[in-house]
Amino acid sequence: MRRRPNYLAGAGSIVWLVVVGLPLYVMLAATLRTRQDYAKKGPVSFPDEFTLDNYTRAFDSGFGRYFVNTIVVTVCVVGVVLLLVPPLAYAIVRSRSRVTSQIFRLFLLGLAIPAQAVIVPMFYLISEAGLYDNLLGVILPTAAFCLPMSALILSGAMRDISPELFEAMTMDGASPRRMFFQLVVPLSRGGLSTIVVFSALQAWNGFLFPLVLTQSEETKLITLGLYNFQTAHGIDIPGLLGAVTLSMVPVLLVYLFARRALVQGLMGMGGK
Amino acid sequence: MTTQFTSAPPTAEATRKARRRPEDSYAARGTRPGFLWALPATLFFTLFAIAPLIMVAVLSFMSWNGLGSPEFVGTDNWKRILDDPVMIRSIWLTLLLTALGVVLQTPLSIVLGVWAAGHQRNRAVLSAVYFIPLLLSATAVSVLWRALLDPNFGIPARMTWLFGDGNLFGEQATAIGVLAFVSTWQFTPFHTLIYQGAARAIPPVLYQAAEIDGAGRFRQFFHITLPQLRNSVVTSMILMIVGGLTTFETVLILTQGGPGTDTTISAYYMYQKAFKGFDFGAGAAIALCLVIAATIVSLIVVRVSGYDKMRSDMEGVS
Repeated sequence: MRRRPNYLAGAGSIVWLVVVGLPLYVMLAATLRTRQDYAKKGPVSFPDEFTLDNYTRAFDSGFGRYFVNTIVVTVCVVGVVLLLVPPLAYAIVRSRSRVTSQIFRLFLLGLAIPAQAVIVPMFYLISEAGLYDNLLGVILPTAAFCLPMSALILSGAMRDISPELFEAMTMDGASPRRMFFQLVVPLSRGGLSTIVVFSALQAWNGFLFPLVLTQSEETKLITLGLYNFQTAHGIDIPGLLGAVTLSMVPVLLVYLFARRALVQGLMGMGGK
Repeated sequence: MTTQFTSAPPTAEATRKARRRPEDSYAARGTRPGFLWALPATLFFTLFAIAPLIMVAVLSFMSWNGLGSPEFVGTDNWKRILDDPVMIRSIWLTLLLTALGVVLQTPLSIVLGVWAAGHQRNRAVLSAVYFIPLLLSATAVSVLWRALLDPNFGIPARMTWLFGDGNLFGEQATAIGVLAFVSTWQFTPFHTLIYQGAARAIPPVLYQAAEIDGAGRFRQFFHITLPQLRNSVVTSMILMIVGGLTTFETVLILTQGGPGTDTTISAYYMYQKAFKGFDFGAGAAIALCLVIAATIVSLIVVRVSGYDKMRSDMEGVS
């Protein structure tokens, strides 16, 4: 096929690069300069001198604690998802029970339930369960809202396992349990890493559940820390942007190492 | 007696089953997982997603201030929210913002996605940069833009020739513009990804045939690429609509619903009513409206995008 450069599209993509890149540059540059410098020379200019003061200030306002809390929540959410979704996806793909196909439909419908829709009863449930202002009270609903998409992604991956392999194991007289642990789980590693990245991202970036279900400084998560920092020190823009940058460092690290799994997962969100 | 009973009526049933799914070989029987495997996840999901969904409907007929126990008050909450001009306006604002999102993001992400579907090295690098906004939480994105657009220290304050007094949050039109722009900034990469995947899946032979017929780039785009992307357009638009209906952090952080109630969209109004005004009944009623809207959209998703055909894919894996 003849390949001549498409100048129009190329130019458009450069414009978009500026739209995406400029704010990110401003953010990074602002976090490395003093407040006076930022106020005097404006956001887009190049900093005169560099300082890490903004990051220290963000840490002093409690971000260390928020980090630990967020890591706890993220690890637990991923744990719950890894515990519940593989057997679910296995049943969706391999079971011939009518009940299972109804269950699959339930999860498909669940894809479209927004967290806002259930936040009032969730507040009631969590308060009644005595989990208000407790990290567990954030972990459980966050994990529940990761399930539909994870089930969809993982059952997609499990469908790609060749039927002959199941046949062969069947001939050997393998039980469903053995097939699950010796065939399905090892062969769907790609899908598993996708759901890990996907649910970790959801947990790390979650806002509404922590906003409504926690209150004290001890249970604060990063996103809430950012929100509070903004309401309290809105005028300290370099400090604020330092906090934003800190909040995204782990996510960017994950992106560097697990780009493939992440992109696959997000493409899966589009339903291919 | 028993044989008679089991043999006569279920025949039709049995043939239907056989037509639907090829019968397992003798050895395969009893080696498939039962629905019990799906049970733990289902129970968990029911408790934390489906049950609250049912409860929101019940709570919308109750009065609750967040302490004490909810009391049944009939349609009182519904009457109040349907008589509330702010509520009615919030619906229009939600629809407006959603529509703006679709109109801005769709053409942009189609063009970027088709462009990024090419295989040159620079595209891979650029697309990697484009993804970054997608990784950031809506909170981080909103805080970032709130800082960049700050009326005193932000970009508009430096470019008064373009932005007037530099306060984009002071007027309804510009405040809505900011909200639409920030969602576009954040979510275009995601939709680009959808189109990129879909554009890569278009068989190259179609373009080769078009080349032979002497069709130019634009004709190829409008006569091959766009029609082939039809399903992705539907999926992506529906995701945009659900996303638009449920925008929340962006409004909470960027405009706080203001100036006045000029950007108070329904999800934000629900939050205000319930968690600021301690009127959880009215909050539940507004939430139920969101549920209904999202359900309608989800039913369209299942119908149009072919998610429900997944079951027929399953039959291939026998």
